[in-house]
Amino acid sequence: MNRERLDHWIDHNSGRLFILPAVLLILSFSLFPLIISGWLALSRFKITADGFSLSYIGELNFKKLLTGSQEFHFLGTKAAIEPFGWVLLALVWGLLAWASWRFITGDRFNLLGLIGRLIAFPLFGALAWNFATTLGESARLGSVSTTLFYVIVGVSIQFVLGTALAFLCAQNIKGRTFFRLVFFIPLMVTPVGIAYTFRMLADMSVGPFSPVWKMLGLGEFSWAADPWTARLVVVLGDSWQWIPFIFIIMLAAFESQSRDELEAAELDGAGPLQVFRDITWPSVAPVAATVVLIRVIEAFKIVDLPNVLTNGGPGIATESLTLHSFIEWRALNLGGSAAVAYSLLFISTIACVSFFQLIVLPMRRTRER
Amino acid sequence: MTGRSLIATTLAVGLALAGNATAQEFDGVTVNVMTFTGPQIAEPLQRRGAEFAEATGATINVVTVPFSDLYQKLLTDWISGTNSIDAGVFAPQWMVDYVTPGLLEDLSERVAADEALASDDIAPFFREFSQKFNDKTYMLTVDGDFHMVYYRSDVAEELGLDAPITWDDYLAFAAAAHGKDLNGDGEADYGSCIAKKRNAQSYWMITSIASAYIQSQGTSQGAFFSTDDMAPLYDNEGFAEALRVYGATGEYAPSDEINLDVGDTRSLFTSGRCALTLDWGDIGTLAIDAENSSVVDKVGAVILPGSARVLDRESGALVDCDATTCPHAIDGINHAPFAAFGGWSGGVNSKADDKVKDAAYAFFSYVSQPAQSNADVTVGATGFNPYRLSQFESRDAWVEAGMSEAAADNYLGAIQASLDSPNMVLDLRIPQNQRYQQIVLDTAIARFLAGELDIPSTMEAINEGWSEVTEELGMDEQLEAYRATIGAE
Repeated sequence: MNRERLDHWIDHNSGRLFILPAVLLILSFSLFPLIISGWLALSRFKITADGFSLSYIGELNFKKLLTGSQEFHFLGTKAAIEPFGWVLLALVWGLLAWASWRFITGDRFNLLGLIGRLIAFPLFGALAWNFATTLGESARLGSVSTTLFYVIVGVSIQFVLGTALAFLCAQNIKGRTFFRLVFFIPLMVTPVGIAYTFRMLADMSVGPFSPVWKMLGLGEFSWAADPWTARLVVVLGDSWQWIPFIFIIMLAAFESQSRDELEAAELDGAGPLQVFRDITWPSVAPVAATVVLIRVIEAFKIVDLPNVLTNGGPGIATESLTLHSFIEWRALNLGGSAAVAYSLLFISTIACVSFFQLIVLPMRRTRER
Repeated sequence: MTGRSLIATTLAVGLALAGNATAQEFDGVTVNVMTFTGPQIAEPLQRRGAEFAEATGATINVVTVPFSDLYQKLLTDWISGTNSIDAGVFAPQWMVDYVTPGLLEDLSERVAADEALASDDIAPFFREFSQKFNDKTYMLTVDGDFHMVYYRSDVAEELGLDAPITWDDYLAFAAAAHGKDLNGDGEADYGSCIAKKRNAQSYWMITSIASAYIQSQGTSQGAFFSTDDMAPLYDNEGFAEALRVYGATGEYAPSDEINLDVGDTRSLFTSGRCALTLDWGDIGTLAIDAENSSVVDKVGAVILPGSARVLDRESGALVDCDATTCPHAIDGINHAPFAAFGGWSGGVNSKADDKVKDAAYAFFSYVSQPAQSNADVTVGATGFNPYRLSQFESRDAWVEAGMSEAAADNYLGAIQASLDSPNMVLDLRIPQNQRYQQIVLDTAIARFLAGELDIPSTMEAINEGWSEVTEELGMDEQLEAYRATIGAE
């Protein structure tokens, strides 16, 4: 009788049982470290005669980052907002207000969406405010704003250039197979290799381009000594590596669009711009949104380039959140390091989920319609 | 006798004298040794490892990681019980974090029984301080480290300048040489090149300058904290003056100096582009490498420059040197040579198998023995600098390596002057010193150099940061450890 009941139970739960090993594997490799690092973020690590100890200190590590001794490092050094900061702030807050209004008055209003927006929009507003207050002459960006700069500026450049190159290579031009291969190569190079290559290329005094800089009177200019040029060089290196990723996916999207639609539009007398705007772009937009999402997730974790190119300098100008966490971790401030990592996880998760809900899904819906 | 047979004979004699590592004694034993990504340090370990393997049967597997990761990688491997690494060559200043939880093997008995090591030949500072913790030997020194100032002797002669004695002399020398063509390539060169890159060596450089102002009463006074209450010594006129000097050196430096580490400054100096630099002993031997250096026999070395004014710890102000304020002054100038880093040293994992421990010790002993060490310290590429008395006494190896007798006298004299100083500054060796130096101090100095902080804000940032770390780790424990490491009464 018992045997029968067991067989019945197994039959009934076979789906769950089959999937159990995979679930356990995922839990052990992702959820377990997440829980442990969560515990670390609330603890203080100390070397003792017995090995080491972890003592619970509550939210102290996060408090240090937000209002304590590490505020300058994490959030930045604030000053009065300058005109550019106000423009930026007005733009972001305006956009958030418009998105909120559209959601409330639109036909897709729902409780879950409201909760999501109540979490995400204040966070984005606060991040924009923090960015604006740390932009001025006497202010300094912290690792949060520096990371946002890498994500927004870097991914924008990569998307525009990657898509443009893909669009060109999708046309019937001579040597396009060669260009496809060339444009794809940087993606296969290790990030640290790229960082060292860029460090060499960007050396103004002995690098391969030094004669050019000297001819332009820039021989004594040091990009590494200026916060914004240093950040731009990091973005440049990152873009060189990741444009191929966007290129290859967008190329596939361009090439898979329906030829019938294109030919029909051309027969109807549509010009190239009109064809791109009304047929090509709507067709590749869902893929574009997805590829940007993947890049954004990756860009939040940038560490190799600033670590090798500038070691986070000048000062802390090029330090991303991952590098911030890494530097704390290698001095065995495990609690501080985990707190930075958790903050990054929170920001990037909210940003990516919001991007998916607010950009990717609507684009897919539009395409399906 | 060919080079190969000479090496074979040296090996045979050395290992026979060691008495604990006869041929093929370690057949089948593999020792994983971790150190930093070379080529310095890793290269001689790999080269000597191959020789050692041939003579003993042991396999020496040198694992390298970036310098900034070394402390944490090794400690994590051992403290977590992974124990994939059997031994490490690292900074003795980190020893406290390894000894406290019992991760390092006590080598005292092995050293006492090891005649081939010639322990008495190791300079007392390294033998008694760098190698030991709580009177027990945990590490074997394979490299001697002090900061010194190097200057271009030909440039000094041409400009009618003397070697810098004070930090103001350093600035004056740098100002006079800056913008002149120092290597004959038709381009203007630099007065001073110092490794100021963040997360590299910058925090040692500022300490070398600050030491002259902060410590004047001898080694046991300490240059980092008050020995009474563990208050950091970073918010006073002495450190403010050090920051002023450190910042001012940048006026005579390459425009990207804040992105240069010691590898970069060494290249610049040996290619003749800098009149002055602040570095460990490596410059002396790199400069005589005729293949890569354009300053062969054009380099002078001096003990770290000093100051005629030192910190009065009561008032926090700088006061003039006299017999009371600067008892160790030379001609009225207080010098405080900084034993930055303390010299690469080998330590053995206490949890390794006994046979592996023996093999690891025998390997470090072999590398450190005079037959090997006296040759290695004369080669710039090894990263090993002199630390044995015999290396200072005989000039033969140095002359054979390409140094003129006068240059050898000058170079070894500067190291000897540092070693003999009763006012030597010992590097910080309290628990989790990396958090104090590599995080708080390094970040504040980087922000100062980048123009983010002025002098008072920099001092405030260091003071607050260090106090916070001390509070977190326990003031009493930290103070006790600090006092013990500098021998404070």
